[in-house]
Amino acid sequence: MAWTRQQMCERAALELADGYYCNLGIGMPTLVANYIPEDVHVHFQSENGMLGMGPFPLDNEVDADLINAGKQTITETPESVYFDSATSFAMIRGGHIDLSILGALQVAQNGDLANWMIPGKMVKGMGGAMDLVAGVRRVVVLMEHNARDGSAKLLKQCTLPLTGAGVVDLVITDLGVFEILDGAMHLRETAAGVGIDEIRARTEAEFAH
Amino acid sequence: MAGSNKVYANAREALDGLLFDGMTILAGGFGLCGIPEHMILAIRESGVKNLTVASNNCGVDDFGLGLLLQTRQIKKMISSYVGENKLFEDQFLNGELELEFNPQGTLAERCRAGGAGIPAFYTRTGVGTVIAQGKETREFGDETYLMETALTGDLAIIKAWKADTSGNLLFRKTARNFNPPMATAGKVCVVEAEHVVEVGSLDPDNIHLPGIYVDRVFKGDRFEKRIERRTIREQ
Repeated sequence: MAWTRQQMCERAALELADGYYCNLGIGMPTLVANYIPEDVHVHFQSENGMLGMGPFPLDNEVDADLINAGKQTITETPESVYFDSATSFAMIRGGHIDLSILGALQVAQNGDLANWMIPGKMVKGMGGAMDLVAGVRRVVVLMEHNARDGSAKLLKQCTLPLTGAGVVDLVITDLGVFEILDGAMHLRETAAGVGIDEIRARTEAEFAH
Repeated sequence: MAGSNKVYANAREALDGLLFDGMTILAGGFGLCGIPEHMILAIRESGVKNLTVASNNCGVDDFGLGLLLQTRQIKKMISSYVGENKLFEDQFLNGELELEFNPQGTLAERCRAGGAGIPAFYTRTGVGTVIAQGKETREFGDETYLMETALTGDLAIIKAWKADTSGNLLFRKTARNFNPPMATAGKVCVVEAEHVVEVGSLDPDNIHLPGIYVDRVFKGDRFEKRIERRTIREQ
């Protein structure tokens, strides 16, 4: 059985260590915050200028001046601190953020990442993704193993424009966990009941096992 | 811009004599949060055109910088993300609107550098991507870095929470975002604030942006502060 989205988030949450400063991307990576073990305290950074991000507000707590990088209303916590965008990205580019979890369209076996544009479709922009993958110490991709049309997303080489070259450290999909080490991909874990043959059939990238 | 009196009555008066066709404007804000909504309306009313606007985003169709797309006053945007705006998409796809994508950190740092007299800087962001095309790269240690140039504007339009009459500024929560770096990078910087207070009433140890960067200030009469994605949890 492939992992459910919840199981994928639970697995991703194991990458968070106590005391980490962490940036979660938009979409499924945001949900990882719901699965952090109770004895682990993590500081969440939002690249629009906040450390110590709290949960979504109650209806009567909504504040237009307090949003996350996905432009959703959020709340502050006792440890929260605000700063400007240049300071925020100095934190990111200076290697002060321990971990970034983000989604992807494609990941290559050497760690190249494509997650910001599909030529021929309207291009919305990279936002902070290029800065995050270039500057954060450890980059974890959380994504479905295959695209909606069934095509492979773990590839020998990305066909879409890159967000960063050789930047991915770990990929968590619904089928398993892949580590990228010294420019090569290694299968480290498989979802319970998922065989190596199925993973090979649904993966274009070459990986050691 | 010299002169000891920085306080103006409203957006129209604060922008008087500063707007011209073909100018470059740096506009603070992230999404609709912390945007200079009164000055955007005044720029719209002025009819100034062929604008190059640097702003992280371009508003939504009927609020923020989207209002200047409606009137086709913007010729070019310098942004990191423009996905919220149908009008933007239409004008971009039919060739009316130019677009220069900057990674968000590169955009912020270009403004910071512009305000600090640093003509260019090196960053790892964008190395090996389309952003690097045509740009100089250089090795430092074992890493390849990309050279990015500073960004300045003819005018910075800034939203603050509190300003004193000397232009010292405080921002509120995540509405700070691009406002301080852009304020430093404008040849002229005009600020709209929710409160304008007497100089001396703010704690000098806790000023977010010193007034040296600020030329003109006015109190906005009513801020709409529209929320783009109101997201709540159940009790």
